[in-house]
Amino acid sequence: MSTTELVRETPAPAAPDRPDRRNRWYRHRRKLWHLFLIPFCLLWVYPFIWMISAAFKSQREMLLGGLSLIPDEWTFDNFDRAWTTAKFGDYTINTITFSITVVLLVLVASSTMGYALSKPGLPGKKVIIGILVVTMFIPHSYTIIPVFLLINDLGLNNGLLGAALAQASPGLVVPILLFMGFFAGIPRDLEDAARVDGAGYLRTFARVLLPLARPVIGTVALMNFVFAWNAFFVPLVFTLGAPELRTLGVGMFSFFGQEGTDWTGLAAGACISTVPIVIVFLFLQRTFVEGIAGAVKS
Amino acid sequence: MASLHATARRPPAAGRPRAARLRRHAWSYVFLVPGILLFGGFSLWPLIASWWYAFFDWDGVGTPTDWIGLDNFREVLGSGAFWDAFWHSFAFSFAALVIELPLALVLAILLNNAWLRGRNVYRLALFLPVVTTTAVIGIVFAILLDPIRGVVNTALTDIGLADSPINFLGSTTSALPTLIGIDVWKGFGITLIYWLAALQTIPKDIHEAALIDGANSRQSLRFVVLPMLVPLAIVILLLVFQRSLNTFDLVQATTQGGPNYSTDVVPTYIYRFAFDPFLQAPRYGFACAAGAVFGLMTLLISLMQAPLLRGRYKAGAP
Repeated sequence: MSTTELVRETPAPAAPDRPDRRNRWYRHRRKLWHLFLIPFCLLWVYPFIWMISAAFKSQREMLLGGLSLIPDEWTFDNFDRAWTTAKFGDYTINTITFSITVVLLVLVASSTMGYALSKPGLPGKKVIIGILVVTMFIPHSYTIIPVFLLINDLGLNNGLLGAALAQASPGLVVPILLFMGFFAGIPRDLEDAARVDGAGYLRTFARVLLPLARPVIGTVALMNFVFAWNAFFVPLVFTLGAPELRTLGVGMFSFFGQEGTDWTGLAAGACISTVPIVIVFLFLQRTFVEGIAGAVKS
Repeated sequence: MASLHATARRPPAAGRPRAARLRRHAWSYVFLVPGILLFGGFSLWPLIASWWYAFFDWDGVGTPTDWIGLDNFREVLGSGAFWDAFWHSFAFSFAALVIELPLALVLAILLNNAWLRGRNVYRLALFLPVVTTTAVIGIVFAILLDPIRGVVNTALTDIGLADSPINFLGSTTSALPTLIGIDVWKGFGITLIYWLAALQTIPKDIHEAALIDGANSRQSLRFVVLPMLVPLAIVILLLVFQRSLNTFDLVQATTQGGPNYSTDVVPTYIYRFAFDPFLQAPRYGFACAAGAVFGLMTLLISLMQAPLLRGRYKAGAP
């Protein structure tokens, strides 16, 4: 009771004895933040607005220049050119294949490993977790050469599977830790009950525990899908000799190299590359943001 | 790991609890196999192998046989181009730590206030670049910043802020700062989410208690909330440092290290020596040595940061 009174009192000391005008300004002070926030955020959104507007402009209008964001006449020619001539249609299919393969690889490897590591008293558990955590602090970008050579030796260099393996591996640590934490938090009784009912290790995992882990599966799948979709370095290295396997990011890069002046076509290509993933993100915002935030908390 | 697995299969000897324990966990070891193959093969092994390859003069054909000892390392350390790339990489991290990190904290504190209307919209706008492909967005920026018809230059000359168009990405003086600016723009949303997550770990009661004790909002922030953020701030700092140091996509997509190597960073440097299509023969050994030196240095700096900050935290905490 007394606490509530105190809370109610707190705004008071700031206000008394002050002239009315100052008081009014004080009350509206918080709204002034919008004067800073709106331009700041416009700076962040402008490139996307420009990209979408340019994708619908005619090449002639783009040549004339001007800052208008609304096309004089709307056209789909740019999308047509990007989709067929610049092969963004193929690139989209490649990107989807690549991203789904990465997600499946990560899910299989991290859920099984996370489950095994959640078992109390597993010999060698601490060593494995230690190695996983330490490698998190070593940059991975420079190890691309041995990865490239290993995938060549395995004969996987002429398919997207090799690239997916290279992309999935460094991203395993956080999912493993997430699954481990989740499975460790599930009461042992549940597993014991399943065992009493005659379920073996595999069945307990697949039928009892995995369905419970649906939120973790969702987070891991979404995060890795977005990361794989946006990957550039790994797909670039693995498609150097196979242009037909390019993903959207790599395709955009080569399109820019060949047709650097076709701005409207490039803008259409950029839309094809980014709009789908932005839509996925908008629908599953919370899961994604929580996944990123999880890196800090864990 | 393979030896552990083999032991696990052996029938349990009576009176040997260790063997029995391994047998009881046999299935768990089977479950470790996919993860260990994937992680060991494509993350752990390359870390070791890149050091091994660094001792050879090797173009990737056959197995490395031409052992040249430390010659690759000597060449890397003596190469001016490598050190330029090295400092450029650090310029990216420096900007991320000095500009992006504090600015994102300010915005996170602002956007964490329940009274701010539309804060979800602001957060969404700032986060949008994060979910888009860096390489694609880099190319969009290259077009926006084009010296001849680019929107930015048109606007600048129209307003009168610039007499003649600025060749943002085409001149050796402005290319690196421009790319760093785009990198901050791109990474800002992630750092913002890190800070917001950190702020949400602080119970609201503590801030309120400080207000009741007579502190104003700013004092509570300065003396109560910020000190409590320090442990998580170290984690965030390390995450941001790691990310910014590995900038490759943006540079490769826009300038490929140019003009005249003024934006070359270590990953593009390595890429050029190993994968550049214009290269006569790849120099895998040398590229691995450059990567190994860079990896070791970043690891050392990462390890140095944590205790330094922790020490400062202890000294600063009352």
